[in-house]
Amino acid sequence: MQFMIAFKETTTEVARRDDPGAAPAYWGAWGAYIGALQESGIVVSGNGLQPPRTATHVRVEGGKRQVQDGPFADTHEHLGGYFIVETASLDEALEWAARAPCASAGSVEVRPVLPPMNAAA
Amino acid sequence: MRRHESGTGSPDGGGASPGAEPVKDGAAAAAAERVARESYGRLVARLAWQWRDLAAAEDALAESFAAALRHWPEQGVPDAPEAWLAAAAQRRLLHHARHTRLTLDPRVTALLDDAEPEAPEREAVPDARLQLMFVCAHPAIAANVHAPLMLQAVLGLDAKVIANAFLVSPTAMAQRLVRGKARIRDAGLRFEAPEARELPARLAAVLEAIYAAYTLGRRTLDSPADDLREEALFLARLTTQLLPGQAEAWGLLALLLHAEARRGAQFDAAGRFVPLQAQDPAAWRGDLIEEAEAALWTAAGLRQPGPFQIEAAIQSAHAQRRVTGLTPWRAIAQLYDVLVKHHANLGARVGQAVALAEAGQPDAALALLDALPPEAASYAPAWVARAHVLGLIGAPGRQAALQRAIGLTDDPRLRDFLVTQQP
Repeated sequence: MQFMIAFKETTTEVARRDDPGAAPAYWGAWGAYIGALQESGIVVSGNGLQPPRTATHVRVEGGKRQVQDGPFADTHEHLGGYFIVETASLDEALEWAARAPCASAGSVEVRPVLPPMNAAA
Repeated sequence: MRRHESGTGSPDGGGASPGAEPVKDGAAAAAAERVARESYGRLVARLAWQWRDLAAAEDALAESFAAALRHWPEQGVPDAPEAWLAAAAQRRLLHHARHTRLTLDPRVTALLDDAEPEAPEREAVPDARLQLMFVCAHPAIAANVHAPLMLQAVLGLDAKVIANAFLVSPTAMAQRLVRGKARIRDAGLRFEAPEARELPARLAAVLEAIYAAYTLGRRTLDSPADDLREEALFLARLTTQLLPGQAEAWGLLALLLHAEARRGAQFDAAGRFVPLQAQDPAAWRGDLIEEAEAALWTAAGLRQPGPFQIEAAIQSAHAQRRVTGLTPWRAIAQLYDVLVKHHANLGARVGQAVALAEAGQPDAALALLDALPPEAASYAPAWVARAHVLGLIGAPGRQAALQRAIGLTDDPRLRDFLVTQQP
């Protein structure tokens, strides 16, 4: 079964990326986690993401485009990255989710992937 | 308390029916809590045995606990609260049976004639908890459901709490529990003690389930899991009371008590993880160590060796450092050799390698780690051990093994500790 493991980081956690005192531990933990995940052979695809301030949001409301830079002001957890994994069960995917550094500083979402959709069959 | 209110209803229903007066009297609620902890398993076991239906027994008991919370504040706590609850649950089960006419069991039809008992007798409720534990750990039920089922059936824990501890989705855990109970009902698993010749195997499954509950409670950080640890200790003590002639039951109790004795020393004042060898033995709890040693002594007197007793003996050897200041690594390595012959699980094999390395044979230890089965690749302690052994030998690869361990651990405090071990 394929699952998406999506990493949600708190604003404080995201800030550690650029804090010289905290960055080595932050990147060290993520590097080790992603390394272990890759070594396990379950990764189908996935990526870490640039920080939320680099995001651009697009919305079309009543035919009018709205483009906004950065995260929405009221967001407390930000998507930091995701992996698509192939595991035997949800339990196994949850085990990997629990190992993510942001499981204890934010949250990790695990969701089954929809089967591919064929456009205009 | 997290006793579940109903096997089928909402977990947070609180139990009071919409028209009922809210519980104002804290004393009545406190009495219900006390009775719940002491009697829940006994009551559910007796009802399940009588009615051959664990799920129905749990539902009826949940309703009678809810009724108690409504009635006791007004009418006062009855003299024999457990008997009151038993009678109330019995009434509900009779009512249900009559209503649905599901059963033609003569036992039920006979009971129907004198249903609605007015004043419950003060009879002692027979203790069927052990039988209940044996049923929950029956070989016909999937092994990964044994511990959850026991925690729910004997202690009345909510499915959601159990799901948290076992890192399973709450819906999936609820389904597994329901399937387990249906299996007990449909397969007609008998609520009776196993025969003497099958007792050791069945007891082993019961003890494994209790051990699993304890280690999960120990690993997870939140308070519900902390309670799970206490519940597991309660079950381990209960098993020795109910089966005092079984050495492995005493062995498990000794093992858990040794672990419990060191729990406070596992983290320093700043919350940082402290590995066993770096712990100050003065911070270990002497009262628990004494109780553990007494339990292990009782086990030894029964002359039935088994894996839990060996594991307890290993922990007992570690505890010697409190008196002698030294860890007897050679003796520990020998105990691990015996343990691995009994019980070659990953934890035992990694422990064996570490003990061997500490006893002065790091090359032999590395060979053991190399020979671990493929599933060890995602087992963090195996990588911690490898890093340690490579460090002792001075061979390359320590850093990579440490990295792998950091990536695989799900305990943030252990992760932080491992990060500090990097050069």
